[in-house]
Amino acid sequence: MMQASRHAGPASLPIGSDADLAWVRQQVRQAAAELGFGLVQQTKLVTAASELARNTLVHGGGGHVQITPLDAGSSRGLRLAFVDTGPGIRDLDQALTDGYTSGGGLGLGLSGAKRLVQEFEVDSRPGEGTTVTVTAWATVVPPSRTVP
Amino acid sequence: MTGIAGHGPVGGHGFTVPVLQLGDVLLVTLQGELHDGMAEQLQQDITARISHSRVTGVVIDISGVEIVDSFLGRVLAEIAAGAKLLAARTVLAGMRPAVAITLVELGLTLPGLWTALDVERAMELLGVTTRRGEGSP
Ligand SMILES: Nc1ncnc2c1ncn2[C@@H]1O[C@H](COP(=O)(O)OP(=O)(O)O)[C@@H](O)[C@H]1O
Ligand SMILES: [Mg+2]
Repeated sequence: MMQASRHAGPASLPIGSDADLAWVRQQVRQAAAELGFGLVQQTKLVTAASELARNTLVHGGGGHVQITPLDAGSSRGLRLAFVDTGPGIRDLDQALTDGYTSGGGLGLGLSGAKRLVQEFEVDSRPGEGTTVTVTAWATVVPPSRTVP
Repeated sequence: MTGIAGHGPVGGHGFTVPVLQLGDVLLVTLQGELHDGMAEQLQQDITARISHSRVTGVVIDISGVEIVDSFLGRVLAEIAAGAKLLAARTVLAGMRPAVAITLVELGLTLPGLWTALDVERAMELLGVTTRRGEGSP
């Protein structure tokens, strides 16, 4: 398995336990820092990753995350794809509603993660699984007006 | 839930949560990576400590915490709710600015939790003076 940090290439990390969630947070933090994300951007992305990885574990029954550094010329970004083969999300609008939980949580993970990143996509099929893909871009300093 | 790391203060990298009693106040210092199972254990431990020691305040120092997600947020809110039922007030001290900005966007407002910029001010909120008067004329 490649290390995102060393090779700046894609990496895949398992999500099967509490300890894996902690490891995912650390690896996302490191990758974001190396791509030039500021502290607030890092914190937002790591928090989103923590929410989505926990959903993969708790609701999806485990899976993995694919971490892909992106280089779009002047801006660099990080794409995270959280993949599980769990029950899927039947009603996505409901799942994305602040405060909705099918049990136990605060219901802020999915909707909150969406607010914390620039791009957010859910691909879910009932009975087959869920993939949530998010992308965040490092803001160039000094701030540029061009939006990638 | 996850089958591992759910029992006791375990978890990688020698993580421990120091809990200190200063008079009527429990000072809990969170640092680094807190696994979900450990956070839930901590909640039980603190609630037990409050009822045994009859403290009237709890200060949770999170200045060493890099992220607060909705799981840890819920644990903190439940610690405060449990403390309130046991007649103790909880103050969250030292939240990093990046964490505060992120929590707002996440939609986590932590109602029922008092906040303070640092442990000293949290103690003052609870009526405990820790200032030594250094620098005052
Ligand atoms: N990977 C997933 N697989 C199946 N269901 C999911 C997944 N992620 C989220 N959900 C559903 O969406 C709901 C909302 O998710 P979230 O906002 O993270 O809240 P919480 O995890 O606190 O319940 C969950 O309660 C669950 O029903
Ligand atoms: Mg969630």
